[in-house]
Amino acid sequence: MSIASASRTAPPFEPTLVRRRVAGTAFAGLAVAAISVLLLALALLLYDVLSRGLPWLDADFLSGVPSRRPERAGILPALVGSMQIAVIVGALAFPVGIAAAIYMSEYSPDGRLSRILRTNISNLSGVPSVIYGIFGLALFVRLAGLGFTLLAGALTLTLLILPVVIIASIEAMKAVPDSQREGAFALGATRWQMVRRAVLPAAAPGIMTGIILAMARAIGETAPLVLVGAFTFVTFLPDPFQGGYTALPIQVYQWAQRPQADFQSISAAAIIVVLALMLVLNGLALVIRARLSRNIQW
Amino acid sequence: MSAIIAPSRSLALSRRRPLTERAAEALLRVAAGVGVLTTFGIVAVLAVETFGFFREVNPIDFFTGTVWSASIKPYAWGILPLAVGTLLVAAIALVVAIPFGLLSAILLAEYASPRVRDVVKPVLETIAGIPTIVLGFFALYFLAPNVLQPLLGRDVIGTFSALSGGLVVGLLVTPLIASISEDALRAVPRGMREGAYAMGATRFEVVRSVVVPAALSGIMASIILAMSRAIGETMAVVLAVGTNPQLTLDPTESIQTMTAFIVQISLGDTSQGSIQFKALFAVAAVLFTMTLALNLLSNRIVSRFRTGYG
Repeated sequence: MSIASASRTAPPFEPTLVRRRVAGTAFAGLAVAAISVLLLALALLLYDVLSRGLPWLDADFLSGVPSRRPERAGILPALVGSMQIAVIVGALAFPVGIAAAIYMSEYSPDGRLSRILRTNISNLSGVPSVIYGIFGLALFVRLAGLGFTLLAGALTLTLLILPVVIIASIEAMKAVPDSQREGAFALGATRWQMVRRAVLPAAAPGIMTGIILAMARAIGETAPLVLVGAFTFVTFLPDPFQGGYTALPIQVYQWAQRPQADFQSISAAAIIVVLALMLVLNGLALVIRARLSRNIQW
Repeated sequence: MSAIIAPSRSLALSRRRPLTERAAEALLRVAAGVGVLTTFGIVAVLAVETFGFFREVNPIDFFTGTVWSASIKPYAWGILPLAVGTLLVAAIALVVAIPFGLLSAILLAEYASPRVRDVVKPVLETIAGIPTIVLGFFALYFLAPNVLQPLLGRDVIGTFSALSGGLVVGLLVTPLIASISEDALRAVPRGMREGAYAMGATRFEVVRSVVVPAALSGIMASIILAMSRAIGETMAVVLAVGTNPQLTLDPTESIQTMTAFIVQISLGDTSQGSIQFKALFAVAAVLFTMTLALNLLSNRIVSRFRTGYG
């Protein structure tokens, strides 16, 4: 759209300044009201969860196992399960995501192939998470024969967050000025040496932030895990390679479905634990970002 | 940028590059291929099982049937109740998210001081980061009993309703619309605003008649993307809307969406090869096609608007 057509479609300016100013103020007021409602909704959500869950959140809850009696139930198996999932997802998505991003940002020449790769990644990032769950069910649980194990769940979530990691890493590498690359080439570096010595160190803060935020997202994901079998009553600590497992958001879901009010309360307590874990990861991302970017100057 | 540094075969001094170089590139290429394989894998898995489903259920009955009964005999496999339920929730979500998202975007891009924006924007984005199961919990145990039922009456709206699900999904996708639209508004060149001011327009008139029309394609893209997210949203909807697949447009009714069906059926004891198991994939295939089409459309619009102003 051009300037000309924008002004052609626009109504003529109101001749009375007072009315025009009132309209402007009313609009600004409306916008402030809208954003206030959103912030209020967020505050209400947090208040509701905290007021229900906090009284139930104690050492016994964190170290106990699920029980049919809410006052004795705990979330240790779910907490350990979520942490194991986060570590496996991070460990897998880290090398694969960065490698794919390096190829797409530094190796693949601008052409049809790179356009296909980029379109594909952006489409994958828009696929609903429940579809990844179905894919994981068919590929990891059935075809690869992993069964309903924590490893199958972690692999499914890895595929889910890989596009996020790749997009964040590409953005971080794009932000590295070309002068850095040209400088490395001028000194006789090969392409791989250029990537390893010039691009990666400079892009590290952005890449690390992207990976940690993706891990936080993996911790909060529920739907894919339901499909790959995390929905079981687990009173033991999970072994990644065999047997049932559960994760924090799954535990939230199970308890939230029970009609008794006490189960709703421990569901809220489990929500607080999930949110706290995500908050810790977000904080970690901030710290790492600050640390790594201290050495970068250009 | 990459014109200068694109790999150029002709400039290489020797044809044979060192082993590490070739190994590195090969490994990187494999990693980049994982995404493509995932796409093919998803399409293949959905296609194979859906094909198996259609050998037992007539596709015409599937796409036009108005009754869905997957666990109670006699089974009925008409997807319309699930599809309409999904679209109903997405429509309610957009009715909430479009005004709230756009007003937030305009406020942040055009009115707010940098200090206010630095505080408000991360807080808004927090909403998008909340696990969606938490929003489902909020819908079921706060929104429905404490807001909707007192407001509309207990006999009008129950614990489960499309309305309460749609409202929390709307809350969930509002930051998406706000964030992408804000980028689009900011991409409008300053000169266009200044030109309008120079002609005596007030700030609101500049926003309404110049900035928003110029950013319209980006705004449209954000809305389509939000719709795709709303259609694919699962856990918030599972808890909020219930498990009652009925063909209705009444937002106070309990319904079931496609995503909620997928979760419900996979919780039960569904053996591989059963008709329910295949129905899972058929519904997922419909869901995948709908979201993919919306995402492609959104990408197309975005790539157009990126080249709009140099």
